[in-house]
Amino acid sequence: METLEIKTDKKAKQKARRLTGSAALLEAFLSEKVETIFGYPGGAIMPIYDALYDYQDRINHILVRHEQGAIHAAQGYARASGKTGIVFATSGPGATNLVTGLADAQIDSTPLVCITGQVYAHLLGTDAFQETDVINITTPVTKWNYQITDANEIPSVLAKAFYIAASGRPGPVLIDITKNAQLQEFDYEEYEHIEHIRSYRPKPFVRKEYVAEAARLINEARQPFVIFGQGVILGQAENEFKNFLEKSGIPAAWTIMGMSAIPTDHPLGVGMLGMHGNYGPNVLTNECDLLIAIGMRFDDRVTGRLDKYAKQAKVIHLDIDPAEIDKNVKATVPVWGDCKETLPILTSLIEKKSYPEWLKRFKDYRIEEEEKCIYPELHPKTDILSMGEVIDALNELTGGNAIFVTDVGQHQMVACRYAKFNQTKSNITSGGLGTMGFALPAAIGAKFGAPDRTVVAIAGDGGFQMTLQELGTIMQTGLNVKIIILNNNFLGMVRQWQELFNDRRYSFVDIQSPDFVELAKSYKIAAQHVSDRPVLKKALKEMLDHPGAYLLEIKVGKENNVFPMVPQGCSVSEIRLS
Amino acid sequence: MIKQEYTITVYTENQIGLLNRIAIIFSRRKINIASMNTSPSEIEGIHRFTIVIHEAEDVIKKLCRHIEKQVEVLKAYYNSNDEIVWQELALYKVSTEQITEKVKVERLLRKYGARAVVIRKDYTVFETTGHREETDGLLGVLEPFGLIEFVRSARVAIINDSRGFHEKLKEFEHTEPGEDVVENEYLDKQDEVFSM
Repeated sequence: METLEIKTDKKAKQKARRLTGSAALLEAFLSEKVETIFGYPGGAIMPIYDALYDYQDRINHILVRHEQGAIHAAQGYARASGKTGIVFATSGPGATNLVTGLADAQIDSTPLVCITGQVYAHLLGTDAFQETDVINITTPVTKWNYQITDANEIPSVLAKAFYIAASGRPGPVLIDITKNAQLQEFDYEEYEHIEHIRSYRPKPFVRKEYVAEAARLINEARQPFVIFGQGVILGQAENEFKNFLEKSGIPAAWTIMGMSAIPTDHPLGVGMLGMHGNYGPNVLTNECDLLIAIGMRFDDRVTGRLDKYAKQAKVIHLDIDPAEIDKNVKATVPVWGDCKETLPILTSLIEKKSYPEWLKRFKDYRIEEEEKCIYPELHPKTDILSMGEVIDALNELTGGNAIFVTDVGQHQMVACRYAKFNQTKSNITSGGLGTMGFALPAAIGAKFGAPDRTVVAIAGDGGFQMTLQELGTIMQTGLNVKIIILNNNFLGMVRQWQELFNDRRYSFVDIQSPDFVELAKSYKIAAQHVSDRPVLKKALKEMLDHPGAYLLEIKVGKENNVFPMVPQGCSVSEIRLS
Repeated sequence: MIKQEYTITVYTENQIGLLNRIAIIFSRRKINIASMNTSPSEIEGIHRFTIVIHEAEDVIKKLCRHIEKQVEVLKAYYNSNDEIVWQELALYKVSTEQITEKVKVERLLRKYGARAVVIRKDYTVFETTGHREETDGLLGVLEPFGLIEFVRSARVAIINDSRGFHEKLKEFEHTEPGEDVVENEYLDKQDEVFSM
């Protein structure tokens, strides 16, 4: 009723209103333009759910099947939309079920605001029913967390939470609210957005002389190489980056998280870095004379053995997070700052150039990789399908305009190696944490975050079974999500390592699955199996053309391997093609 | 790089849970904290952590960056021992009988500048402040005389060339930070940074 008053009487808005903590929370959400919440109710968050009952017309709540599903969905939502993902969970097990998603969002810099219910303040520390010390459990996996025991704190703490989650290097924030604070009535005043916290510097000051020094190195370089990560996407600096790239003429490779920041067929895009990345970018990292790292953090899956990584090159590192500079790779010139600000300055200071001979070296490596890895993957000699040909057919049918949400394992590496994207924010995957079970819930969130785009979840038979309960969420919301299960009847990536490094001792990787088609049908989701090449494209087309959700199980080769591969502990130049 | 003793000074907001946030930066990397002290600072409402770590400088530098990354941390400095003035306080409980009977003990206590805090019939508590070697020295010589209890505080330290935090805090309170606040260790070290 109060909310009606606000709309009709502006003067009343200035005055304090009596609201419960729960209603104040939802008012704060409206002020922050929250549209979608992913959550699951429970005892300690019931007052908030009770208040939500009156806000259903303004805030969309998606009831998931497990709190882990809620947080992965919020991650998918944030990654597809660029907005902050919102999660509700209750105390105790509800809160601990968020931990995997928090760790995933923390390592992949995804902005989230998670609200957990908590027992009454007077019960804290008494081992009350469903009490858990969620603040201390989540401290290492949150950018910030805070426990509210008094409703008066709700507006200001929420404003802080939204500001911290989305600013600077984004990350997950968790706010734990005790039940008494949710129920408590207090004088709610105007919600104030925060844009400054004195102890928090989201963006480092840009030192122009360092940008100038970086430009000087770029202008002098003969074989410069750009490697870029998700920082370009998070900074909404895709255009700035493209302008920089096209003026500099420097070949550029992406990390798994940076993929789709520029179209994958960009003439200067030379492919993916890392353990299962492309041949040229890995080998030539150790031959460039200048490595320009933009919004990436030199993960060990990208660098391989560090003491043999780009030792010959000078390094320019652009990053918004000062803690990333020199963390793994020493920067010759550190350029602290938001790349949306630093890249245009850099672009204005560099000369327009091109490096045809240097670029040709990438192309030569590409030809070799085509011959030894890509062609055999896309054109298998057997009748058994490969994961690569599925992705290839999918590219053709989606025209590079779909969002692919991948799980973790072989199918993820194959999807990222072969996917074609025209638009940014198209590749949603669990990059840093490698969370199996991520794809299905994240795809649900991605569809809510980008309702006009086709969203295809691509999972393996192992990962899919970790969060398959979220089929229920799809059923209940009638969401149009496409699901592909690339089924090789194995935990494929571990099996590949066991084959290569453990003498084929296949220790507990032989995994059985339910009948996925029957399973989908029990959730009223259309589905079919495919295992034959001649009908693959038709089946994919049927899936994409279907008006609602669709599950397509595709049987692929049981013991196919993903190559190229930089074995663990090896240098990027020791990448294997077979 | 060789490991040595460094003192990290952290200026923070006074917030519950921040101690844990800072402590896990060390424990996650399996780094032992030699001593940690939290206290008020020269500014009301601003807390000051003094942390002593035995590590290599490049590790300390990364730790400080991670500490500064925490939302409620204003600033983290690290210093080697020659850049700070520091003190630790130690308490020693000795049997009063021993002291009155053995003149030697009293002489030792005088030599180490110990001060009696409590004198009772059965025991006396002495206090000294100083560097580790000094408080350890007295500990060593008292042991043979029936030392009943010993405890030493964490280090507190003042950075030699610091002008305090008052001016810095004003900068932090501005919405647009000045160069001073967003200082980094590369400042004015361009030649070193830009060389290979």
